[in-house]
Amino acid sequence: MEEDFKVIDNYLMVKMPEEVDHHKSTYISQTADSYIVREGVGNVVFDFEDTKFMDSSGIGIILGRYKKISYFGGKIFAINADTRIKRTLMICGLHKVIEIME
Amino acid sequence: MEAEKSIQEKVRSRRELKNEMKLEFDAVSENEAFARVAIAAFVAPLNPTIEELADIKTAVSEAVTNAIIHGYEEAFYLPEEKEKKVVMHCLLLGDVLHVEIIDEGKGIENIEQAMEPLFTTKPEMDRSGMGFAFMEAFMDDLEVISEPGMGTTVLMKKKLGITPWINQEE
Repeated sequence: MEEDFKVIDNYLMVKMPEEVDHHKSTYISQTADSYIVREGVGNVVFDFEDTKFMDSSGIGIILGRYKKISYFGGKIFAINADTRIKRTLMICGLHKVIEIME
Repeated sequence: MEAEKSIQEKVRSRRELKNEMKLEFDAVSENEAFARVAIAAFVAPLNPTIEELADIKTAVSEAVTNAIIHGYEEAFYLPEEKEKKVVMHCLLLGDVLHVEIIDEGKGIENIEQAMEPLFTTKPEMDRSGMGFAFMEAFMDDLEVISEPGMGTTVLMKKKLGITPWINQEE
C-alpha cells in the first residue's frame, strides 16, 4: 500500500482505495501525515480514480489534512472523482475549501 | 392489454414481497465492508438502481461505523458476560426497506446534538461529524433511540424505485 503515496515536487499524491471507510481511513490519515511531516510537502492531491465507495470517513481524511496544511497556505485537490464521490463531497460543502478537478 | 396486465402483475408481486434478515457480527472495523455487501445482496431482489444501492450502502456503513467507534469505544467496558456485537436487522415490506442497526454500547447522551452536522466527539480520530447527516440525506426516514448505558438503535427506512422520478424533476 506504500506505493499509493508519492511525492512530486511540493505535492503529495494519495491514491485512494476502492472503498474508503473507517477501516481504511486510519491508515491513510496516519501515512499521509507522516509524509507531510517527513517530506515537508505543502499540498495534497487525493486521486479517486479507483474509488467506488466513500462514506463520511473520507470527508474526515480530507478535512483532517486540510486543517494541517492550510496553516501554511497549502491546498487540497481531489481528482478523478465520479459524480457519486463529488456529491458526497458537496453535501459537506467541501468544494468551497478544496479544489475538485477532472 | 397483455403487456399492461403483466406490468400490473409485476407491480403487485413487488408490493407483496416480504423478506427479513437478522445479522449479528463482532464490532470490528473489518465488518463495515461486510455489512455493506450483505445489505446490497439483501435488497437485490427489488432491482434497485446503482444510486439507490450506493445510498443504502453509505447509510449502513455510517450506522455500523458509529456503533463500532462510538458505541463500543475503547474506554467503554461491557459487563464480562457480554461481547461487543452489532446487530443488523433488515426487513423488506413491499418496496420499502427497513434497516435497524443495534448496539449495546454506551448510548448517546444528547441525541439532538449528536445529529447536528459537523458535531463530533472524536475530532482527534478525524471523524467529520457527518454520519447522521449522511444517513438523513441518503435514506427517507431516520430515527435514533438511545439512552446512556443502554445502547443505541438506529432505524432507517427507504422506499425503492422512486429515484428516477426525483432525478427527472431536478
